[in-house]
This record gives sequence, C-alpha cells and structure tokens, in this order.
Amino acid sequence: MITFNQVTKKYSSEKTAVKDVDFTVDEGKIVVLLGPSGCGKTTLLRMVNRLESITEGSIVIDNENSMDLDAIELRRKIGYVIQSNGLFPNMTIEENVMIVTDLLGWNKKKKKERFNYLMKLIGLDPKIYGKRYPHELSGGQQQRIGVVRALAADPPVMLMDEPFGALDPIIREKIQDEFLQIQREVKKTILFVSHDIDEAIKMADKIMLLRDGEIMQYDTPSKMLSHPENEFVNQFFGKDRAIKSLSLHTVRNLQEVIGLAEMDESIYDTKTINVNQDLRNTLSMLLNQEADQVIVTNDQDEKIGSITIDLVQKYLHYEIKGKMSVSQEG
Amino acid sequence: MNNKKLIGNGFRFFIYGLVIAFFAWAIYNQYFSYIFSQSSTFLVLLRQHFVLVLVSSVLAILIAVPAGVLITRPKFRKAEWLITNIVNFGQTIPSLAVLALMISVLGIGFNTAVFALFIYSILPIFRNTVAGLDTIDPNLIDAAKGMGMKPSQILFRIELPNAVYSILAGIRTAVVLNIGTAALAYVVGGGGLGVWIFTGIQLFDNGFLISGAIPVTIMAILADYLLRKLENVLVPKGARAVSNT
Repeated sequence: MITFNQVTKKYSSEKTAVKDVDFTVDEGKIVVLLGPSGCGKTTLLRMVNRLESITEGSIVIDNENSMDLDAIELRRKIGYVIQSNGLFPNMTIEENVMIVTDLLGWNKKKKKERFNYLMKLIGLDPKIYGKRYPHELSGGQQQRIGVVRALAADPPVMLMDEPFGALDPIIREKIQDEFLQIQREVKKTILFVSHDIDEAIKMADKIMLLRDGEIMQYDTPSKMLSHPENEFVNQFFGKDRAIKSLSLHTVRNLQEVIGLAEMDESIYDTKTINVNQDLRNTLSMLLNQEADQVIVTNDQDEKIGSITIDLVQKYLHYEIKGKMSVSQEG
Repeated sequence: MNNKKLIGNGFRFFIYGLVIAFFAWAIYNQYFSYIFSQSSTFLVLLRQHFVLVLVSSVLAILIAVPAGVLITRPKFRKAEWLITNIVNFGQTIPSLAVLALMISVLGIGFNTAVFALFIYSILPIFRNTVAGLDTIDPNLIDAAKGMGMKPSQILFRIELPNAVYSILAGIRTAVVLNIGTAALAYVVGGGGLGVWIFTGIQLFDNGFLISGAIPVTIMAILADYLLRKLENVLVPKGARAVSNT
C-alpha cells in the first residue's frame, strides 16, 4: 500500500510541480497516473523512490514513511521500470535481471532459480536468453526484460514510468495483456504512469487524472468514463468515452444483464466471437462485417446465441449512461 | 561500390609499393648500418625512448582518467568548462616551448622530458574520458539509481564499463603521439632515439636519421596495434557492439 499525505513538490517558490496530492494505492492494485505532459505525473512517481525530493507532506509505503529509510535501501525494495527499458548494454540479460538481487547479496543458487522462474513468466527460454546481450533482443523482448528485472527481488511495490510507451501498437497490446496476466499471479502494488487513455482504461484498477500537479479525479475507469467530475475530465476522455468504456465490459456482462439474441440460422458465413471478448472489439467486428449479427461462442466453442448492434446500444444505455431501464429504450 | 573498392585497393597497393621502395632504397644505401655497427648505443637509446614514453604515459593516465571521472560527477559538473579550458590551453603551447620553459624549472635531463611529455598526453586522455562518460544514456543512470545502486556502484559497474572504449581510444592517441614527440627529448638532454635523429639532421647523415626515425615509427605502429588488442580484452562484449554501431 502506498499512501500520499498532502504531497507537494516545488522546484522554486513560483514553480509548483505537484500540489497537495492526497491518495492511497491499495495493496495489489494498479493505479494509473494519467494526464497531459507536464501535469506532474512522472514527478509524482519519482517522489516515491526519492529520485525527486518531497517539498511538503509524506509518502508512506507499507506503514513506513519513505523518509525514514535510507534512499538506497528504499529503492532496492521498489521495482522500477522506465520507458526506454534502461538495460545495461555491458551486462548479459541474466546479469541485468539479477542486478538488484546481486546488490542485496543473494546466493548463486537462489538467483539462478529466481532467474529461471522470471524468464518463464515472460515466456523466454532462460538458457538461450540468459547469456545474450540487450542489443541482441527485439524492442519487445527488451521491455519484457525491463519488467522482470524490476520484479527480480520480489518487491511489494512497483513504479512503472510509461513502460510500454516506446513500443509499436501491436506489440504494446500483447505486452499489456501479458503483464496483466503476470500481475494476476504476483499481485504487486503498482503505480503506473501513462499518457495513453486506452492503456489507462485497460491496465488500471483506478485512474488518477492530473492537471498542473492537481488531482482532477481519482476513480475506477468505468466511473471516470460514466461520471466525470468536471469539465476537464469530460474533455480529456473525449466525445468517444462511451465507446472507450465498452472495452471495460465483456459479452458475458451483456449476456448477464440483458441476454443474447436468437441466432438467425438463415445467414451463412457469419463470424463468431468468444463470450469473454470485450464489447469494444465486438462492436468493431459488427461494424466491419456489416452484418446484423455475430455468433457468440462459449469457452467450449459452442454457439450460445448472437449479438447485434442494437443489443450493444441497449447495454450501453442500461449499464453506462445513467442506468436507464431497458424497456423504455426498447 | 565496386569502383570505390577498386580505387581503395589500388591506393593501398600504391602505398605498400612506396614503403617497399623506401626500405629497398634505405637498405641499398646501408642507412640502417648504425643499428648493427653501434648496436649497444642503439639499445641504450631505444630503452631511454621506451622509458620516457612509458613513465610519461602512465603518469598521464593516472592523472587524466580520475580527473575525467571527477569532473563528470554532479558536484563538480559546473567546473567542467574551467578544467577543460585549462587542459586545452596546455595543448596549444608548442611542445618545444614547454620543453624550454621546463628547463628553467627542472633543469636539463630525463625529468624535464618526462614532465613535458606528460603534460602533452593529458589532453587526449582527459577529453576522451569525459566524452565517454558524457555519452552514456542518462536513462541508464536513472535506471541504476532507481534500482538502488550506490554512486560508486553506478560508476564502476555501469559508467566505466560503457565508457572504456572511448577512454582506451584516448590513451591510444596519447601514446602514439607521445612516441613521436619523445624524439624532442634530445633537445633537453633527455636521451632517446631523438639523439640519432637530430644528429642525422645536423650532419646531413641519412644513416643516423633513418636508424633513429624508423624504430620510432615501428614503435608507434606496434603500440597502436597492442592497444587495439587490449580493447578487445577490456571492452565488455555488449558495450562493444553498441559503440561500433
């Protein structure tokens, strides 16, 4: 758990980067710091491991004031991932990944076991990749190594500064999914800086939107999209925030609330979609194929019904836009 | 592309031809004879030359590398322009003038020569050390700091291994220059192969001149070759690939 108590950062008497920020990151959750550039999100992140000093207020990590610890000791307990992966070119992948455990003085056997475990997490063969150097890996692989390097000493807290920002969209999406998978297993308390709204919606348990060092709103992604607290939040998420919010819901959610439509067997060659797929992708599919329906399949690949644009629209009204009743719309 | 290669190869063989012609000419006129007829003197001069270069280069490395490291620490960063300017200024004084000035302070002999050569070797080593440390990606330092490495660990495990390529290049430049400049040690009575070279100039005796100059040249080429080999040993494999691209 990370608690920020009235944290303020001033570079000079006039220039304030972070103003009276007060919030808590719960144990095992991902909080995404979101906002336009220069809003103080990176500064806020770097104050946690004291790469930036705190002018006023305090940051408490797992019931310990960050200022009570030695800065070096504090940083070794916090995982740190940066955008340009920061892998050391003079070290092999194994040396890079194990550097913090090295600093902490782990023995050889323990390090080897940990390395093998971490490499398995990201699906790279430790025997093949361990001896390689960073420049011999692709950008995506390098960034994966950057992530597991931060996990090496099993720190309870992780700081991630736009970790996937430099990757191309396809690889980024893949690594995001992979990371969420890993997070389900390791359950770290994560502070994550991003300027990408879609990434924030996807990754976050809670989003904090910042402007000029002040909190605009701190809420779950769906609340943020459905109930923006002020004009800035509303504008930031944009006119298509209803569509964006669809990526938070799956076909299964829709089925549970309003049910699926009958399958029209007369239409051949319709596409199928898994019940766990999110509604944003489903909608894109419906629009792309210009058909009335897409067949929904369950995990056993059995056809359980179909979904139409009408249904998505109804669900959107019902679930997201002020919980209107379905019958009224119908 | 092929044309370029052809011209390049042609030029190279032309140079080789010139070198062979030169040696043939020198041997035909028996210009190397002093090396054999006065071999004991030759060995003394060669040793003097070698010691001059060795002592002054080692001293320069011991001063310039730590100075370069120190000046790139955040605390001393502000003084960088000052130190760099002083070192640059030192380089602009003609080497003969440095030697002459040093005679008035240190007198005549080996020490004066070593000191002058030492002053001359500092700049390339210092400049390359600073450049090598400056070109390290600040993100690497940030990542290292964020993971809880101490400043000394960052220096020895991240900064120096990644800058060693540039530092060694500076040392190589300095040593090769130094071997040539050490011939001037003769002027202040510092000995070395310069004794034969200057004798040759004064007496219009090509035999002395070439018997002194060719060993100096070979020494410089050998030093360059050996220091390049050292690079392969000292530069970490991963850092080498990065600095080569």
